[in-house]
Amino acid sequence: MWGAHVPVEIRVPIYTEQDIVAARQLGRAVAEQAGFVGSQLTVIATAISELARNIVTYAVSGEITISLAEQTGRRGVLILARDQGPGIQDLALAMRDGYSTSNSLGMGLPGTRRLMDEFEIASVVGEGTTVTARMWRS
Amino acid sequence: MRVPILKQRDYLIASVQAALSDSDLALLCDELVMQVGVHRSHGVIIDVTALDVLDSFAVRTLRTIAHMVQLRGAATVIVGIQPDVAFAMVQLGLKFNTVETALDLEEGLALLHRRRQLGVGGPRAR
Repeated sequence: MWGAHVPVEIRVPIYTEQDIVAARQLGRAVAEQAGFVGSQLTVIATAISELARNIVTYAVSGEITISLAEQTGRRGVLILARDQGPGIQDLALAMRDGYSTSNSLGMGLPGTRRLMDEFEIASVVGEGTTVTARMWRS
Repeated sequence: MRVPILKQRDYLIASVQAALSDSDLALLCDELVMQVGVHRSHGVIIDVTALDVLDSFAVRTLRTIAHMVQLRGAATVIVGIQPDVAFAMVQLGLKFNTVETALDLEEGLALLHRRRQLGVGGPRAR
């Protein structure tokens, strides 16, 4: 069903705020190829925007990979956000609505978890943070 | 891309044209806060019809703009939030709080006009 010409993975290095816009636009394109439509595309683009901004704000640099996902007949997209930043001291606190160490709204991580079907976060202080998020076509 | 700001009678209209970067938003904030004084404007409309994503940074910045504009004595109305964007904002948990929103430019202008006729000031005086 996937055309041979369709790129199944897009990798966007994240260094500046311009990269945030690029990541969400490219991510939207991948999600379109995965068959997502309408508000689902906006939800995926918004999640990518939040994750990319976290990299710029807290880690300075990292990368976002958006790829097609397939699992037991389901199709969707996988967003992988990786950085080699300072890491998160208290993950439970970081996942709480309204908590922020940067004067932001503190909605990025908990909001992204609500936006996506699956959300995992791993962080090691001094090594970096990885967020894995998936959305399945309903 | 720089956001054009138009003056229409007592109001300023900023039409966001495309995917907005953080620095565009910061620039828009500076310009609106300044131009409210230059033109002695009573209201500001920010049209986000063309925006495909309103993330937490954009919402925080728009709220900041509205607050600053209010401190300068004018009201702000955000217009043109698309249905998909509204959906994603609710899922994400983003709110505009006291900042007023209207369907489109026409409704936004009507809202500011009514507010002026009633003689009420910024967003808090309701």
